[in-house]
Amino acid sequence: MLRLPQFELVQPSTVAEAVRALAECPGALVVAGGTDLVPNLKHELFTPPRVVSLALLAELRGIRRENDGSLVIGAMTPLAEVAESELVRAQAPALAQACSLIAGPQLRSMGTLGGNVMLDTRCQWYNQTYFWRAALGFCMKKDGTECHVVKGGRTCVAAASNDSAPALMTLGASLEIATASGKRTLALDDFWVADGIYNKQVARDEIVTAIRVPATGAGHRGAYGKLRDRGSIDFPLLGVAVRLELDAQDTVAQADVVITALAAQPKRITKVAEALAGTKPGTAAFDAAVEAVGALAHKQCKPLPNIPGDADYRREMVPVYVRRTLQAAARREGPVHHV
Amino acid sequence: MRRMAEYRLEVNGDSLDVSAPDHWTLLEVLRYRLALTGSKQGCDKGDCGACTVLVDGKPWLACLTLARSVVGRRITTIEGLLPAHRANGGSGADPVQAAFDRCGALQCGFCQPGMILSAKALLAKTPQPTRDEMREALSGNLCRCTGYTQIFEAIESAVASELGLKPAARAWGAPPVSCAARKDGGA
Repeated sequence: MLRLPQFELVQPSTVAEAVRALAECPGALVVAGGTDLVPNLKHELFTPPRVVSLALLAELRGIRRENDGSLVIGAMTPLAEVAESELVRAQAPALAQACSLIAGPQLRSMGTLGGNVMLDTRCQWYNQTYFWRAALGFCMKKDGTECHVVKGGRTCVAAASNDSAPALMTLGASLEIATASGKRTLALDDFWVADGIYNKQVARDEIVTAIRVPATGAGHRGAYGKLRDRGSIDFPLLGVAVRLELDAQDTVAQADVVITALAAQPKRITKVAEALAGTKPGTAAFDAAVEAVGALAHKQCKPLPNIPGDADYRREMVPVYVRRTLQAAARREGPVHHV
Repeated sequence: MRRMAEYRLEVNGDSLDVSAPDHWTLLEVLRYRLALTGSKQGCDKGDCGACTVLVDGKPWLACLTLARSVVGRRITTIEGLLPAHRANGGSGADPVQAAFDRCGALQCGFCQPGMILSAKALLAKTPQPTRDEMREALSGNLCRCTGYTQIFEAIESAVASELGLKPAARAWGAPPVSCAARKDGGA
C-alpha cells in the first residue's frame, strides 16, 4: 500500500485563481491528470504543502481549429481524446499516434496532453520508493549529490520520457502559458534545459494552458515509433517522431527526426533533411536515404543506463525504429511498435 | 487534528457524502469510507489496473485519482453493475459479470473487478469488438494467474448472449460455453 503524503488540495475554477493559488504558496505543485505526479508523490519524490488541481477547469479542455489552420489543444484534453481526434489525426498524425501509445487505456483517459508535455524526467535510480532509494544511496535528482548512471557525472541525465514531446517538436508546436504576470508563449524547441533534475523552461508556478500546432499541408507526413518492454503501460525505451514534407511531385522537400527517452531532452537528429531531400518515397533512392538517416541517428544517439532496458540494445534499436517510422510516415501508416 | 474535507461523490447512481483528508485517493475513499471494497488495491501506483473504475463511462485508475477531483462526475464501481442492470429491467447478473462466471474467467479473482469494468467501457464504445480490440482495451489490466484467454472468451460470450449470436469456439478445443448453460444467468 502506497499512501500519499499529506497536502492541501486546491481546486480553482479559473486559470487566474489557479495561478494565484500557486503564487501564494511556495512549493505548491500543479496536478492535471495525476498519472505522473501522484505516483511520484507516493514515492515521496515531492512533498508539497499544497497541490493545485486543474480538474475543474473546463476551459482548458477541447481541441479547436483556428482560422489560420492551426490546432489549439487545451492542456487538460485527455490523451485518449487527442489520439482519437479526427482533426489531430488528419493534421498532426505523429501527435495522434504518439498519444495513442502512451501508457494504457485507463491512463490515457486520465492523463492530459499538458501533463504529458510537463512530465517529470525518469530514471531507474529516481522512480523508486523512499525505502528503495534510501537503501541504495540517494542520487542528485532527489536527496543526494551523486549520479549512479554516469559515475562522476555533474549533470542529471534522467530521461525525458514524454511521447508527445518529440512529435510536437517535429510539428513546430508551441505552448501557451499562464503566469502570475499574464501570458506567454514558448516554442517546444526552446522548452528544454539539458538538466534531468528539472528539464523545462516552464517554472513550477506557471501553468501550461494550451498547445498550439501550426497548420500542415497536403504534403505533410508524420509518424511515431515507440520501443517498450510490453505493448502497454510502459514508458518509452525509445521514442521516434518523424516528419516528411512532400512537394507537388511527391518528393521530399523537408524532413525532421526527433528521438526521446535518451537523456534530459529529446534529440533532433541533424542532417536529416539533406539526406532525404529530393528523394521520392517508394523508390530505391528514398530507401537508401532512409538507411542513411538511420545510420546518422545511430551515430548521434547514445542511450544511457538511466532507464530500464539494456542501453546497448536501445542504441541498436535506434536505426531500426528510425527506418521503420520514416517508411511508415511515407506510406501514411503508423504508429510503429513491436506488438 | 487532521482537517477533513467534506464533499459529495456520485457513486453507482447514489449521491454520497464523504469526509476525508485532501490527500486521500478515490480508491481509499471507496474502500475505507464508502465500504466499496470491490475495487482492489494492487500496485497502488498505476501499473496493474486492479483499482479500475469508470468515471463518466471511461476506464479510470482510482489509486491515482485524488478523490475530490472527481466531484460531480459519474463514478461506477463493480458494485454498481448489478443494480444498474436490474434498474434497466434486466434479470440475473450483469451480462459481462455473468459471462466471466460462465467462462471461469478468473483464478484468484483479484484482477476481475478491473477487468470487468475495462470490458464494460470497451463494449459501451464497441459492441462487437475483435480480439485485438479486446487486447488493447484490457491492456491496462494485469492478471498474474495468466487467465487472459478465458477473459477474452468471457467478453465474446457476453457479446454473443447480448446479441443472440452463437458463442465463438473456445481455445484448446473446449466446447463453446452456451449462453443458456446457466438458466440463472450466473447470478
